[in-house]
Amino acid sequence: MKQSVWKTFFNGLLKENPTLVLFLGMCPTLAVTTGVTNAIGMGLSTTAVLICSNIVISLLRNFIPNKIRIAAYIVVIAGFVTVVEMLMNAYLPALAGSLGIYIPLIVVNCIILGRAEAFASKNTVLSSAFDGAGMGLGFTGALVLISSVREILGAGSFAGIPLFGPTFQPVTIMILPPGAFLTLGVLLAIINIISNKRKQAKEDVQHDS
Amino acid sequence: MEEKWIVSHPPHVATKDNLSRIMLHVVIALLPAVLAGCLVFGLRALIVTLTCVISCVVFEALWQKLLKKPVTVSDLSAVVTGILLACNLPVSIPLWMAVIGSFFAIIVVKQFFGGLGHNFMNPALGARAFLLASWALAMTSFPAPGTSLPLFGSVDAVSAATPLALYAENAEQLPTYLNLFLGNIGGCIGETSALAILIGGIYLLITKVIRLRVPVCFLATVALGTWIFGGHEGWFTGDWLYQLLSGGLMLGAFFMATDYTTTPFTPKGQIYFGIGCGIITVLIRLWGGYPEGTSYAILLMNIVTPLIDKATAPRRYGTKFGKEVA
Repeated sequence: MKQSVWKTFFNGLLKENPTLVLFLGMCPTLAVTTGVTNAIGMGLSTTAVLICSNIVISLLRNFIPNKIRIAAYIVVIAGFVTVVEMLMNAYLPALAGSLGIYIPLIVVNCIILGRAEAFASKNTVLSSAFDGAGMGLGFTGALVLISSVREILGAGSFAGIPLFGPTFQPVTIMILPPGAFLTLGVLLAIINIISNKRKQAKEDVQHDS
Repeated sequence: MEEKWIVSHPPHVATKDNLSRIMLHVVIALLPAVLAGCLVFGLRALIVTLTCVISCVVFEALWQKLLKKPVTVSDLSAVVTGILLACNLPVSIPLWMAVIGSFFAIIVVKQFFGGLGHNFMNPALGARAFLLASWALAMTSFPAPGTSLPLFGSVDAVSAATPLALYAENAEQLPTYLNLFLGNIGGCIGETSALAILIGGIYLLITKVIRLRVPVCFLATVALGTWIFGGHEGWFTGDWLYQLLSGGLMLGAFFMATDYTTTPFTPKGQIYFGIGCGIITVLIRLWGGYPEGTSYAILLMNIVTPLIDKATAPRRYGTKFGKEVA
């Protein structure tokens, strides 16, 4: 039991990374990755909502009628998103301001609804919580990766701290929408190369034995 | 006498044309425009062009070496991309920006999508859009003709308004047609002289590298559109000749809207492509935020090229449209 919980956790973090492998939650991935601070804020608030909604939906999984399950999930998710939004407005107003509409839009983030449907509604509370944490942190990691590339190239800074001297002329396009697509595309290509090589190596080993 | 019979499938007549020959024709056709750029803006234009050409070729060779693919720089397509990119840059551009532009054109636009013949938009124009979005100031400061510029160092922004910007502002003093035609105006390196571009364009037409369809439809649509809507005193008062001769329109119509990979290959499709480019250029020039819209027009039409090709595919012999005949 203990081992499988950790397996669930790492599954979301790497093997089934929601952004880079499952391609879920593309809208916030492309929109809020203009800076590392935004990415961490978005990733962690999504993780918080994901863990809480996974726990509650897993608890209620035997009570929610099958026909209205999506509506029920949305109600649960929206409740937690509202909590997160109010907390952010109260304690991190600057971050809340720069994330803007994308915080309320966590409600319709496909990762959260997807995990509710595919995992939490079928599994125990504990493993659902770990699944939420793994998926959420995998999402956060992917966002941080994309936003680091975009912020360093596009603004010459990392998490708001300038990296280069004043003579650096940033590649502005990288923090504009095309930069998001360019970065994501290149990143996915690299990941595909790596995973293809691994698959190849595995097959070679099987052929040899 | 021993006779030898060669047995082969048709076609039995082949031309001498191959890829590098066609590309060589394009390079030759571009030389007048580059020469005009050097005459108007000084030797720095040549330095910028050489920077683009060399970095395009080097990036292509490096990428193909890195991926252990056959190195195909001898087909000259990277040279053409480099010259076209330089033609689309202002002469005062820092040289490192020209190198980054070449990187974007060759690696991101061309090689990422599979190399020559697989890119979905014109590499030189893609790089121009990339540079324009990133360093708008450097990309839009056009030194006046005849300004003496340092050959390698950075240039302080000594910017002159381009003819199209002057027209949009309804300025009192517009350049004369003769200056527009000869290229004695501000602008990108390769776009100023309509005469030089026409010489190159006619060379391409004579050598049958390009056909008249796209340039004629493109230019005619722009002329018509700017004549009807482009006047400052109501309809049908637009100065269409001025519009035809200024900006990157000529360069785009002859050299970039005729690229084999990114434009339709059906005759009907080429006509639609030219008209579409013209309409978008007119829209951007007259009502858009930029004074010039040729490059975005061609890029946007590049994107719909596969759809045009599909929609205008000729009927196959023995079939009816839409269904196979048994």
